[in-house]
Amino acid sequence: MTAESLSIDKAQEEIIEEFDYLGDWTERYKHIADLGRKLPPFPEDQRLEENKVKGCQSQVWLSGHLSGEQIIFDADSDALIVRGLIALALRVYSGRTPEEILETPPEFINKIGMSEHLSANRANGLQAVIKQIKRYAVAFQARTETA
Amino acid sequence: MITPYDVAKVRADFPILHRLVNGKPLTYLDNANTTQKPQSVIDAVADLYTTYNANIHRASHLLGELATRAYEEARVKVKTFINAADAHEIIYVRNATEGVNLVAQTYGRRNIHAGDEIIISTMEHHANIIPWQLLCAETGAKLKIIPINDAGELLLDEYAKLLSERTKFVGIVHMSNALGTVNPIKEVIDMAHAYGVPVLVDAAQSAYHMPLDVQELDCDFLVFSGHKLYGPTGIGVLYGKRALLEEMPPWQGGGDMIATVTFEETTFNDIPYKFEAGTPHIDGAIGLGAAIDYLTTLGMDKIAAYENDLMAYGTGVLTEVPGLRMIGTARHKASVYSFVLDGIHPYDVGTVLDQEGIAIRTGQHCAHPVLQRFGVPATIRASLGLYNTREELDTLVRGLHTAREIFGE
Repeated sequence: MTAESLSIDKAQEEIIEEFDYLGDWTERYKHIADLGRKLPPFPEDQRLEENKVKGCQSQVWLSGHLSGEQIIFDADSDALIVRGLIALALRVYSGRTPEEILETPPEFINKIGMSEHLSANRANGLQAVIKQIKRYAVAFQARTETA
Repeated sequence: MITPYDVAKVRADFPILHRLVNGKPLTYLDNANTTQKPQSVIDAVADLYTTYNANIHRASHLLGELATRAYEEARVKVKTFINAADAHEIIYVRNATEGVNLVAQTYGRRNIHAGDEIIISTMEHHANIIPWQLLCAETGAKLKIIPINDAGELLLDEYAKLLSERTKFVGIVHMSNALGTVNPIKEVIDMAHAYGVPVLVDAAQSAYHMPLDVQELDCDFLVFSGHKLYGPTGIGVLYGKRALLEEMPPWQGGGDMIATVTFEETTFNDIPYKFEAGTPHIDGAIGLGAAIDYLTTLGMDKIAAYENDLMAYGTGVLTEVPGLRMIGTARHKASVYSFVLDGIHPYDVGTVLDQEGIAIRTGQHCAHPVLQRFGVPATIRASLGLYNTREELDTLVRGLHTAREIFGE
């Protein structure tokens, strides 16, 4: 049932299917808010300036560490909608290898019927998080190659 | 004969108010950010480009003469609007921000030195903080801050204590963009003048809500932006007393600001042209003139009375929303509701309101220090304009209930 048990592509498909069942935007926002509430707490020792994601209207933190060959991400935001969107991004990208992360575009953003409801600022916030996730993947990939 | 304020008729003058946003009628409550434009302003700008566009002060042909005349007539309209003594005391700038920077970089650089003090208040917009910080960094002068109380009102007693022989300048906001507080500006000015200190008034928020009279206020400088005054973006006004402006060195160099130029020496043009280098924002000035015509026809006193009534209504319905905490509860307030909803991030509220076609602003409103004073990271800000209605405030309240339903625990 956890994201780790699904492949990265399956995780995206699951999100898209989940949102297919939802009705109008209020239902979609309620669901995203629920996901935001369920996002695991962010490790307080990681709440550092260097882990802040720039380019978001709300405050966003993201940190990643290697566990075997996979990168585990922790993230947080003070805005619930953003937390929910981050939770979706982590379901897709956390617990994946750098290669998987770099090969997988975030198709779910456009396919969950939210893109027209996210203002440019908010969409940019999510994009900024995903860009940062990909930077981690590039960095860890380089490290494992030189190791 | 007293004509009542007909808001339906006013709304008909603003084409953008009739569009839909996310399938809902637009509820525009972000006026403190920028206001919408009446058709007459849009037409004035279009008319310039359609029928008499030319550069001003330079052309030896009819179009140049017509454009120059319209540009200078707009200056006279500004002069009348704020009751300046002389149209030459009106300098066109890009916005209120540029007006403050101009004063800091010309008057400030010449007259403010190491050890001198500049007084501003806790509730300033960054536009009236940063230019003075830059000047202080350059000159070694010090910035002194007038504190405020929990309602968001200036502490005049504390201000009195800050004033001294070291004080060389006071920059004060007339109406706070983040709180809505209207400051007792005349008193602030008089207290500074008792020490012979000149005062700049940031009227960016007040100029479109209440009548202004610079001679009665006796302010030395006053700035505001055209885009908040129902005029175009990119045009603003710096008013300064003639004697001060004449003594100030120019800021930017270029065409139109000079009398004679040789490579050895340049003599400068008279005010206001000394401060208006290069081809200016001609259509902006003409559009601003049209906006002032529009406001004058409605009557600033009538606009203020209508908005005050609307403001009181909104304060009533908003304070009934459970968990709503108003930031800024000054006795004298205009047009701005800055608030937080318990347990819900302003950003989340903004997201939901946008879905309902309601335009508000969330964040820190370019006034970080005042939000720090109230210990909130951000607020939701709804702000009124002359076309808003009670129904729109009801729509806002419904939107806030929806946000509570979605985000409430």
